[in-house]
Amino acid sequence: MNRTSNAPYAVLALGVALLLFGSFHGLAVAPAETYMGEVQRIMYVHVPTAWNWMLAVLWAFACAVAFLFTSNMKWDSRMEAGLEVGVLLAFLLCCQGSIWAKPTWGVWWDWDPRLTSVAVLLAASLGIMALRSFVDDPMRRAVWSAVATIIASVDLPIVYYSVKWWNSLHQEQSTPQTVDSVYHLPLRVNAFGVLFVMIGFIWLRTRVAALKLRQETAIPHTYEEAGELA
Amino acid sequence: MLAAALRKELLLQWRSRGQMMAVFVFGATALLLFSFAIGPNAEMLRTFSSGFLWLGLLLSSTLTLAESFHGEMENRALEGLLLLPSDPRALYYGKAIANWLQLTLLGCALVPVMVILYDAGTLQLLKLLAIIMLGAAGLSAPGTLYAAMTSQVKAKQMLLPLLLFPLIVPALLASVKATSLVILGDPMDQSKAWITLLAAFDLIYWSLCGLLFGRVVED
Repeated sequence: MNRTSNAPYAVLALGVALLLFGSFHGLAVAPAETYMGEVQRIMYVHVPTAWNWMLAVLWAFACAVAFLFTSNMKWDSRMEAGLEVGVLLAFLLCCQGSIWAKPTWGVWWDWDPRLTSVAVLLAASLGIMALRSFVDDPMRRAVWSAVATIIASVDLPIVYYSVKWWNSLHQEQSTPQTVDSVYHLPLRVNAFGVLFVMIGFIWLRTRVAALKLRQETAIPHTYEEAGELA
Repeated sequence: MLAAALRKELLLQWRSRGQMMAVFVFGATALLLFSFAIGPNAEMLRTFSSGFLWLGLLLSSTLTLAESFHGEMENRALEGLLLLPSDPRALYYGKAIANWLQLTLLGCALVPVMVILYDAGTLQLLKLLAIIMLGAAGLSAPGTLYAAMTSQVKAKQMLLPLLLFPLIVPALLASVKATSLVILGDPMDQSKAWITLLAAFDLIYWSLCGLLFGRVVED
């Protein structure tokens, strides 16, 4: 792979362009929703963020499994990127959700299965990132965080269903079938917009992780460099 | 090998039983403190008693779980154990079972404290014991695996709860629900569903963590 190719920037730019177009459509063109009014327009970023957060989690999980089978550090860098972008999306999801929940439900937070699952996985991912920052040996760090990622991902459906039994208030998931067609265009455009932004971020973050790893494992060339390391 | 590993862990725990006593005092003190968060409202304390019991056990568990790999870090004992011609999984299951028994004992010891402080008694003692055993199993399987990682790291006291707490949310939820149904009465017979969930959680993590342990301790 060419480490200096501009492809990730192009993907990012495409994502931003789609987001601008979709958000403009969602804010200005699509009609306001009957019951929730203008507040509902946050759906055009909230729902795409949620979809893509799930993809990021799935990506990190797949990378962790791939790493344990191949022991190729490439997968570790990819997993690190997926984890961090997943944390970013989960955090955005909680913020957007709270902004939407306050005027419609009257509360900032609710113990709903989806909210709680996002929060639990956000906490778990932050724990894994903390673990990564405390382990100096790259191989050990990679194996341990892959193991922790797998364990945390397996927990996700269990958290979801256990909280679902416990309590629920969240509206049913929106799918194209439950949403009127005037709302489709901005929702779909934004879904791809967030997707491309996410891919761009993961791509660039993978590159940073791979470079950092190379720097960490490089043999110091000169006496001065060796001194700096010691 | 599993029997030998378990015997070694239990012997170690027996010889350091003073520590176990200290953890119990820690848990009991935590239960005492929780009541100050609510105030002297007997009805509310009784309602929340099962939650407090499990939080007390969870907080105490971070102390006992971290201890289970502490000894192996001295004189590179873990390396020596891994050099033995046997499956590292035996070591994991030995430690996990020992931790499970220890946490079950601790949970049972905290129940009378809960009964006295929160007036939350029950006569379904066998059911309560089963819930404590299942809940303790849910804590000890991932807890032992994470203890294996964090014991080798600088910030171990901080990392273990950071990794473990989000993970055991379903087990905690199910244990608290089942316990509170036992204490406060269960007219709809809901506790079975929670016990099943707890058992499923245990089954998943006891197998998954054993599967992954070999990779965690390899060099």
